Amino acid sequence: MNYSIIRYILCRVLEFQALFLSLPCIASVVYQEKEGWAYAAVLAFCLAVGFVGKLKKPKSTVFYAKEGFVTVSLSWIILSLTGALPLYLSGEFPSYTDALFETISGLTTTGASILPDVEALSQCNLFWRSFTHWIGGMGVLVLILAILPLAGGYNMHLMRAESPGPTVGKLVPRVKYTARNLYKMYVVLTVIQIVLLLVTGMSPFESMTLSFGTAGTGGFGVLNSSIGSYPMVSQAVITVFMILFGINFNVYYLLWTKKPMQALHHEEMRYYLGIIVVAVLLITANIKGGFHSLLDAFHHAAFQVASIITTTGYSTADFNQWPEFSKFVLVLLMFVGACAGSTGGGIKVSRVVIMLKLVKNELSYLIHPKRVRQIHFEQHVVNKEVLRSISVFFITYAMIYGASVLLISLDNLDFTTNFTAVAATLNNIGPGLGQVGPAENFTVYSQPAKYVLMFDMLAGRLELFPILLLFTPATWKRR
Amino acid sequence: MQIIIVGCGNVGTTLTEQLSKEGHNITVVDRDAKKAESVANRFDVMGVVGNGASFTVQNEAGIETADLMIAVTTSDELNLLCCLIARKAGGCNTIARVRNPIYNKEITYIKEELGLSMVINPEYAAACEIARLLKFPSAIKVDSFAKGRVELLKCRIGEGSVLDKKPLTYISSGLRCDVLICTVERGEEVFIPSGNFKLREKDIISIVASSQKANEFFRKIGMVTNRIKNCMIIGGGETTYYLAKQLLPMGIEIKIIEQDKERCNELSELLPQAMVIRGDGTERSLLYEEGMPNAHSFVAWTNLDEENIMLSLFAKNVSKAKTITKVHRISYDEIIDSMDLGSVLYPKHITAEYILQYVRAMQNSIGSNIETLYQLIEDKVEALEFRVQEKSALVGIPLKELQLKENLLIACINRRGVIITPGGQDTIEMGDTVVVVTTNQGFHDLKDILK
Repeated sequence: MNYSIIRYILCRVLEFQALFLSLPCIASVVYQEKEGWAYAAVLAFCLAVGFVGKLKKPKSTVFYAKEGFVTVSLSWIILSLTGALPLYLSGEFPSYTDALFETISGLTTTGASILPDVEALSQCNLFWRSFTHWIGGMGVLVLILAILPLAGGYNMHLMRAESPGPTVGKLVPRVKYTARNLYKMYVVLTVIQIVLLLVTGMSPFESMTLSFGTAGTGGFGVLNSSIGSYPMVSQAVITVFMILFGINFNVYYLLWTKKPMQALHHEEMRYYLGIIVVAVLLITANIKGGFHSLLDAFHHAAFQVASIITTTGYSTADFNQWPEFSKFVLVLLMFVGACAGSTGGGIKVSRVVIMLKLVKNELSYLIHPKRVRQIHFEQHVVNKEVLRSISVFFITYAMIYGASVLLISLDNLDFTTNFTAVAATLNNIGPGLGQVGPAENFTVYSQPAKYVLMFDMLAGRLELFPILLLFTPATWKRR
Repeated sequence: MQIIIVGCGNVGTTLTEQLSKEGHNITVVDRDAKKAESVANRFDVMGVVGNGASFTVQNEAGIETADLMIAVTTSDELNLLCCLIARKAGGCNTIARVRNPIYNKEITYIKEELGLSMVINPEYAAACEIARLLKFPSAIKVDSFAKGRVELLKCRIGEGSVLDKKPLTYISSGLRCDVLICTVERGEEVFIPSGNFKLREKDIISIVASSQKANEFFRKIGMVTNRIKNCMIIGGGETTYYLAKQLLPMGIEIKIIEQDKERCNELSELLPQAMVIRGDGTERSLLYEEGMPNAHSFVAWTNLDEENIMLSLFAKNVSKAKTITKVHRISYDEIIDSMDLGSVLYPKHITAEYILQYVRAMQNSIGSNIETLYQLIEDKVEALEFRVQEKSALVGIPLKELQLKENLLIACINRRGVIITPGGQDTIEMGDTVVVVTTNQGFHDLKDILK
């Protein structure tokens, strides 16, 4: 384990945290709120620690996959711990645990809140909450790779540990330019959304915070009713952009480099859009009785499906009140999640599709035991290592899931609540069903249960293994 | 530049590492998914799996935007086909490795008709390198700058040398030699020395000077500078043939020891002036019989690294010969360097180095001002030759007034063919080429040497 290089990169991460914190400082100046001092203090702290810590250059630049995973998970933990400080210091959160829950929920783009009354928060706190979604969506280390000249071949290890999906494809040969291209597309899409929301009549503050939430597929709103009280046009814009941010960013790169045919044939995107269409039609048919018109039902069904499959977690209606069939369709979508290489969470469409193909293959083996067959995805054969990692991912996922539900059951809430609370955090969605439904929040849980859910959020965002590696003693051995 | 490298063998990997470090965007192609992946993981490059000669694979690797395609797979035919298709598909520059002597005879024809920019023959390149080393028997490594006008030589200070415990200023004041010592290696450490730096026995120094001055220096410090009159080569491969071809016209007697009867016949047919001896080159009595103790130079060029190293150690022991050893495996170079083997050549490095020089020259025409670049000490010290093209902040200012970066030395200035060993009063003028030795990396322009 090369501790010195990890320390060095973590200090750079702290400096970036200081940069991020400067935005809520500006917000507090604009709205003339006294909570700004909390941000300024934490900013100064991060800057000082980061600056002092990076003065000493790392002794050796040896950097393997192990260091990559550890650096990424530690960065996320450090960002969460420091990001929660201003929320706590502002006095608007009852305890540091709650502030930490809120920050982790923000950074991991979950959007699960412990606040009963969001509207009571100061503007700069609201801004910071939403902005953490935007940072967490594409990833902090991807941003650092895009900006800092980190020499050496090790940057791919960082990128792989932070980017979601079974395999990480580079867009261009260098990690630096790949990361830059990703952020360019991310910024452009976000700006378009902000402008469109402004056009539909939202205030600049709302259109910015909601766009951050959509772009990172987070889900923190600024009103207690989430998105419910905005005009239908604004909701429709958010629906479309949620779906867009759930698509693999490689598709946008293909469009950008003028290869529309290849973009159209992107297999994962086709499955993803297919699932959305089917789910929307099923739910519309199921809930149409409860709405005035078919269009109304379709609108709410589409919004909810987009919100859940991309793991955003905005809501326009309390789907906790919907028929059981619709609720269960939504729960299924929670697990599927968005495309790999997008900002969304969940198991990812590509993993689910490859897994289903594996099942189909197994059936075919039973019928023709000697048949030789490869699994194809995106016009390529999926190699053995990827298949193995996907299978192991499923098993690990199920185990963490079971253990989490078991632990939070100690709070003695009903099964639906516990089951969906873990689904909502491990998949980075936000609202679940029952007592953690869209109209409720996570205050019902005790402090220890909250820590379990925080672990789930981090594990879900980093795709389990980086976080699990922290708990493996062999990781920490010096070579 | 956008560069596609086909083949992730030793040469491909060395090229990838160096070119990626120099700031080019590299895509590697290999048929073996494991190899491509391992290179893509170790260096910041993109890996594509497939046959490099396939149009689809080249397209995936981005041939339409590529500036250069380098084909260094093990097969000559595949390399040529790769380049041919790349040429048609992307219109980029192409470099192929072709080693079969049958093609080598027709190389100019092939190059022109297939539109290749460069064809590299590893055996021929290695032979040229050996010939260059034999020109300076005292040096372990020779690189040239300013189109051969300046040589950069590396040598080891022998035991009991006059230079032991003397400061560098002694060279100009005591020996009255006009040479510049730019790096000193002492064990693991590397120094870019200043005037009062004291040398010690067994240091490896590199010096910059013209050929005559270098020879004068070697004579004054008591190192062998006698011209080499004979050369004993163990192993009769292609390199031996090319080497003998170059050395014979210089009047050097050649003795080749080779085991295979057929090959011996072939060699004696091709090289009537050389003495071809059939026998086991590792046999002690044979070596003595053929006069090894009196050999001026000894080239161990069999296919086995271990044999080569043994032979050279033996030759060092029994004779005063200049020894040159071939080593294939590159991963243990620091251990091999620690042995007193004389010059050690890694054929794969030589190939990579030749291609790198071409790439740098190509880069040159696009914008950077680097004429040549050598790695003096693996990953630690580089020597770069810059061309001063436009008016920059450096021009016309005496060197002692320039705020130079640390660990950096201006080794020589070439002004229209005249070589200047710079002192504090000298200036850099437009049109000069300047050789800079430094431990910093990533210089693109002469301006980068300023603080």
